[in-house]
Amino acid sequence: MNDEPLVRWDWIARNWDNGGPSAIKTLLESHVVMALLPVVFGLLIALPLGVACARWRWLYQPTAGLMNVVYSLPSLVLFSIFLSVTGLTQSTVIIPLTFFTLAVLIPAVVDGLGSVPEHVRQSAVAMGFRPLRRLLQVELPVAVPVVLGGLRVATVSSISLVSVGALIGQGGLGNLFIDGWQRQFYTPIVVGIVLIVLLAVLSDGLLVLAQRLLTPWSRARRRTA
Amino acid sequence: MITFEGVTKRYPDGTVAVDDLSLQAPTGAITVFVGPSGCGKTTSLRMINRMIDATSGRILLDDQDVRAIDPPTLRRGIGYVIQQAGLFPHRKIVDNVATVPYLLGWDKKKARARAMELLELVGLDSRLAGRYPFQLSGGQQQRVGVARALAADPPVLLMDEPFSAVDPIVRASLQEELLHLQSELHKTIVFVTHDIDEAIKLGDTVAVLRVGGHLAQMAGPATLLSEPADDFVREFLGKDRGIRRLSFVPAKGVRLGSTPADLVVDEDTRPLGWRSNGGLLPYGTFDPERDSLRAALDAALLSPNGTAIAVDGDGRVIGVATRDALDEVLAQHATGPDEQAREPDGEAPVTDPKRAES
Repeated sequence: MNDEPLVRWDWIARNWDNGGPSAIKTLLESHVVMALLPVVFGLLIALPLGVACARWRWLYQPTAGLMNVVYSLPSLVLFSIFLSVTGLTQSTVIIPLTFFTLAVLIPAVVDGLGSVPEHVRQSAVAMGFRPLRRLLQVELPVAVPVVLGGLRVATVSSISLVSVGALIGQGGLGNLFIDGWQRQFYTPIVVGIVLIVLLAVLSDGLLVLAQRLLTPWSRARRRTA
Repeated sequence: MITFEGVTKRYPDGTVAVDDLSLQAPTGAITVFVGPSGCGKTTSLRMINRMIDATSGRILLDDQDVRAIDPPTLRRGIGYVIQQAGLFPHRKIVDNVATVPYLLGWDKKKARARAMELLELVGLDSRLAGRYPFQLSGGQQQRVGVARALAADPPVLLMDEPFSAVDPIVRASLQEELLHLQSELHKTIVFVTHDIDEAIKLGDTVAVLRVGGHLAQMAGPATLLSEPADDFVREFLGKDRGIRRLSFVPAKGVRLGSTPADLVVDEDTRPLGWRSNGGLLPYGTFDPERDSLRAALDAALLSPNGTAIAVDGDGRVIGVATRDALDEVLAQHATGPDEQAREPDGEAPVTDPKRAES
């Protein structure tokens, strides 16, 4: 393979959309699904849980502790555990990754709510907001920049962690790595790396854009605060 | 009127923030709670709109016990201005001002129209309406805070050290503006500050509180300066009480003499200075219709010959007050204006009996 070029474009062209389960396009699609669904689920779970942890502080330490234990487990171990429950399906990747995103997103929600200045909270109370409306219209909106920061980390790490799922046959673009190693053929590996990095950069860029649009007030607030 | 009846706030750890406080904040007037930190002034304020609930005693808002009203409903009927303005960073200025109207369910158009009115009322450019709080200076934010508190036209306004976070020049202009607004709006205002000068400048009535939540004295600012109830109040008022008291004596009673020949005026009879060999010497003026005796005295001290120049509203000379003329009025007020004005059996200033005994 010494004369072999690092990237064989003809292989990419042939395998981009070859109709089979190992087509690059198919792997890319399943990678996106397996990476982003955990982030969506994680956010949906982390919002109420984070609000609860911020409201009842005693809940936060055990929750954060548990999430950190989960986070410290090698992802492969977690995949193996769920393998016995959900079998060789995408769920076996999606469920553990959801736990990983929770470990990032719950603290982000708690910190976000903690970033609401006390005088803002106080004045909301004094204006006559009831608790739920205050949460939805004042506290959560003000927490958005911090939560989005967490969301960026969770998204990028989820995109990267999906690849490990290849070891149980559900790795999206990660399958390209296994294919490449087994055959000592570098093109799929390079394609996998490039696509994963592109995916991460693109997702992160979209989240930054969302932050600009959602919180036009936040950049400068940091400047003045 | 806001009435405190034996109000006490005791925290679970035993700290007493407010101790058996009884007082009345009259309708349409500014009542200032002033005292050092730990005197319970903010706690007292927050018990009015139930951000803190009293341990015992009652607070009445026009004869209605505030405890009988659901807190959010109560609060929507009471304006509140907080120290750092407390504006919502994620909402534009116009929407910040319209906060309470929105909560009350006004439609957006009406609420915003009202907000624009208020921005004008507090002297803010309507172009600021579409900005976010961070784009405004501290003084502007504080004005927005006042506008927001007034948005639903509540009869009562609570102000918790609203001007203490801005620089002295801005603070002075905000204070003037508040007095100006109040002269038009006649709200029942309770104003908390730790700054006795601010209390004396703004208060129709000043309640001096001491650490532990005791009322040390409650009186009008002039009475407070001339007759502090005890050493604590005297010390808290600080130096120059005699001079500061003169701010509450109108200069109207000063006998004016005719304009002396050595006062140089322009063609509109506005003063230019005192004639001397070397040119014109400096001078000081006061308007007897509007200024206080303190201003007249200040004007006299600014002139090398000790004579204050009286001017009308347009700055034209209408006479002079000599040192003798000022002395006559000062002598009248040496014992304090209130002692002369008060009925023989008039009410003594409110004092803390426990302190008075010791």
